Amino acid sequence: MDLHFGDSKPTDEEKEAVDALLGPPESSWEGADRSDADLRWARGGREARKRRDLLLPGLHAINDRIGWISEGALDYLCRRLTVPPAEAYGVATFYAMFSVEPRPATVLHVCTDLACAAAGAAGLCAGIESRLGLGSGVSVERSPCLGLCERAPAALAIKAGNPVRTAVSAPATVEAAVLAASAPDSADEEPPAAMAVPQAGEPGLTLLSRVGVVDPASLDDYRAYGGYTALRRAFELGPAGVIREVTDSGLVGRGGAAFPTGRKWQATASQPDRPHYVVCNADESEPGTFKDRVIMEGDPFALVEAMTIAAYATGAHKGYLYLRGEYPRALRRLEHAIAQARSRGLLGDDVLGQGYAFDLEIRRGAGAYICGEETALFNSIEGYRGEPRSKPPFPVEKGLFGKPTVENNVETLVNVLPILTMGAPAYAAIGTGRSTGPKLFCVSGSVERPGIYELPFGATLGDLLTLAGVRDRLRAVLLGGAAGGFVRPDELDIPLTFEGTREAGTTLGSGVVMAFDDTVPLPRLLLRIAEFFRDESCGQCVPCRVGTVRQEEALHRIVERTGAAAAGDIALLREVGRAMRDASICGLGQTAWNAVESAIDRLGAYE
Amino acid sequence: MTVIPLGVPRRLLEFTLDGEPVRAPEGSTILDACRAAGKDVPTLCQGDTLAPKNACRVCVVEVEGARTLVPACSRKAEPGMEVRTDTERARHSRKIVLELLASSVDLSTTPRVAEWIKEYEAKPDRFGPHAARLNEEPKIDNELYVRDYDKCILCYKCVDACGDQWQNTFAISVAGRGFDARIAVEHDAPLTDSACVYCGNCIEVCPTGALSFKSEFDMRAAGTWDESAQTETTTVCAYCGVGCNLTLHVQDNDIVKVTSPHDNPVTHGNLCIKGRFGYQHVQNRD
Ligand SMILES: Cc1cc2nc3c(=O)[nH]c(=O)nc-3n(C[C@H](O)[C@H](O)[C@H](O)COP(=O)(O)O)c2cc1C
Ligand code: SF4
Ligand code: SF4
Ligand code: SF4
Ligand code: FES
Ligand code: FES
Repeated sequence: MDLHFGDSKPTDEEKEAVDALLGPPESSWEGADRSDADLRWARGGREARKRRDLLLPGLHAINDRIGWISEGALDYLCRRLTVPPAEAYGVATFYAMFSVEPRPATVLHVCTDLACAAAGAAGLCAGIESRLGLGSGVSVERSPCLGLCERAPAALAIKAGNPVRTAVSAPATVEAAVLAASAPDSADEEPPAAMAVPQAGEPGLTLLSRVGVVDPASLDDYRAYGGYTALRRAFELGPAGVIREVTDSGLVGRGGAAFPTGRKWQATASQPDRPHYVVCNADESEPGTFKDRVIMEGDPFALVEAMTIAAYATGAHKGYLYLRGEYPRALRRLEHAIAQARSRGLLGDDVLGQGYAFDLEIRRGAGAYICGEETALFNSIEGYRGEPRSKPPFPVEKGLFGKPTVENNVETLVNVLPILTMGAPAYAAIGTGRSTGPKLFCVSGSVERPGIYELPFGATLGDLLTLAGVRDRLRAVLLGGAAGGFVRPDELDIPLTFEGTREAGTTLGSGVVMAFDDTVPLPRLLLRIAEFFRDESCGQCVPCRVGTVRQEEALHRIVERTGAAAAGDIALLREVGRAMRDASICGLGQTAWNAVESAIDRLGAYE
Repeated sequence: MTVIPLGVPRRLLEFTLDGEPVRAPEGSTILDACRAAGKDVPTLCQGDTLAPKNACRVCVVEVEGARTLVPACSRKAEPGMEVRTDTERARHSRKIVLELLASSVDLSTTPRVAEWIKEYEAKPDRFGPHAARLNEEPKIDNELYVRDYDKCILCYKCVDACGDQWQNTFAISVAGRGFDARIAVEHDAPLTDSACVYCGNCIEVCPTGALSFKSEFDMRAAGTWDESAQTETTTVCAYCGVGCNLTLHVQDNDIVKVTSPHDNPVTHGNLCIKGRFGYQHVQNRD
């Protein structure tokens, strides 16, 4: 590699932000002033390039401090990490939370996604923009789902500085959102995570039993409520025993793809190539999904414990928790939990005194739904553009850093705790034969009590909506998020299981249930879904990159049309949708037409 | 055409291609097997000297048991696989991919694409007159080559050729995302301010003419570019001891561009700035 760095220099503040992450540069090869010694020896090569994975944290460091990433700052970071500036530029421009153009220090992300749109996000945006005119020092950006759908409409303010400050306003009013942006420190505290759990404190909860009950900042409290018994049990069982329990429990992934977890763990554990990695997918950017956030905010130690068990079972000594960039409170809680666990010997060289070493690191995403795709997530952590890799090879064989990797969703991992404490048979007895255990559902939209609900698999959609207080004049329910499908109000007896939804020709996805009453204009909703996919496509493959654009255009043309006037465009949508589903590289392109298709076929959207 | 000199013979594996049993050396792709069997599968992002990125999806085929179609250019053939190259499903996706591409970028200098558009009955116009297009102006910022990204299909070949697959200069990358993704140098600067060393290896691999010699670009603009009037002569570069093969493209007694044979086991079609662009001294000067 013969790298070329331009002439632009970082400001002192930019340099400081990078050095705070990487330490001061040691030679002129890394951006320090030139010394005589530098003329006689060369630094770089493989050793320097090994730190490529610090590119994303480095971009965050600059963006957090300054609010945007200048040429000088980017070049300095590249020099420090031996990353070609063109590639770093490609990475920086991939993520929505970064800007390579100057912008105000404060960015206010206002959600305009499904639940928020239904709750009046358009008016909110207009109100905020008229209050915060030009020169206010705030850049208002329309954002995809912020994962706060139970409190729609939502806004998140991020004010660059040292340290960066954030404030959430949800349900947002113009006044509260403007206050959050102008004075994040004095904005109202967010309600506790338990407020997102209408069942909080009720007996019989498994996954949510501690949310609202334990102090999320206290390891002792966590232990007092049964924390770390599952890890002890794991050490008794040994790695193979843990995998057997997880396999026997029938647990399948809760991240959307519903792959059997035990099989994934077994496949990773048995790979001869070392090291192995565990990755927790906490990217949670599927519109309508907020369950992982509630667990991480309300019961963060549970995730740390569960990742430790996953690592022990699969022979990994290092784990990464990839957290979506828009979750500042979850970040703080998890950072605290990890530090606590480390200081008490629950992470580190000798976990629980068992001679087993495991540690884990948080990596923040930066605003890209596609990074939730498992292989895109690896690229993102490694410091490349978050583009999905083609499979095979699968992650269990070649995952993070090309090594065998087990990647699981937050909810999947947290299920391992009750599996070990109650035993596989007792766990498998919950739910139905093929969908075992408890399941979290993210209910939002036109209901009285939006939030996370825990129900055993097998409850019907109607049961769930009754619990959440469905309002009259229900028009449609979106199951599984933007990548899922709509069902009609007369289909509420669909059982909420993987097989039940499949039989009904729809999907459970990641557990999203969004209810829409007849005040919500359906064509607008579909347009928003199409816009989401067009915005979030990584752009790698043609069916998705161009197909999502053509889909949105066709939906624009027929917003106000029905019947024969829409027929031509609907036929076009079907043809393009079929190729997107068949020929796209990853799940994003493959599912980008699901919701629209279901709205046409099941809801008669344009009849 | 293989880019790797033949080594120890590889074991053969057997699978079915459109119902016929075929044998292919272990490690070959479905595309290799198709070509060996004389089947014409369209390809755009596949390159004979590069690991395919499988981004264009025009080569998709149907594999028994697979949920989605698979890219023939990069999926390795496996024993017992049942592959169908010409099903209605595969043809449909190819047709749509061609329509999507042709409606968004200028494919006028992409070899064979007109033929495929006809074969698959693709109608790029049907997305209407307002279908989003790239609409990029050609970037002419140096005397050696022009970047006309209005013709770019984002096949990643130039990125790979400039990066870790050949040149190791890493001057270009994909920036942005989705429909806004573009090939760019650092900070989207002019080429002259970038890390580019003008080896032109990206031009060598570009399948669409988005990257072209300034000479070719100017002649096309003037309407004087005429491939049928050109001769190609392969010779040896005289600048240094490496001895790369050069193919001189000559029109009206003028060298109009220089390429390099891809099957050369040493250079695989790559050159340096001198071999690629340093030919003016042998031209007639007025
Ligand atoms: C576009 C796209 C986005 C995804 N986003 C997420 C996500 O945010 N969180 C998640 O856990 N899984 C997500 N997935 C699914 C993951 O790729 C993967 O299947 C999952 O993390 C595996 O974990 P599990 O087996 O525990 O479900 C996404 C998939 C696609 C195609
Ligand atoms: S389907 Fe979309 S998101 Fe997935 S690889 Fe292709 S362009 Fe990227
Ligand atoms: S410029 Fe050419 S080689 Fe590069 S991505 Fe575009 S079409 Fe491919
Ligand atoms: S092309 Fe460059 S490297 Fe090759 S022989 Fe000519 S001068 Fe030498
Ligand atoms: S937070 Fe707005 S839709 Fe989820
Ligand atoms: S040629 Fe195979 S995907 Fe492009």
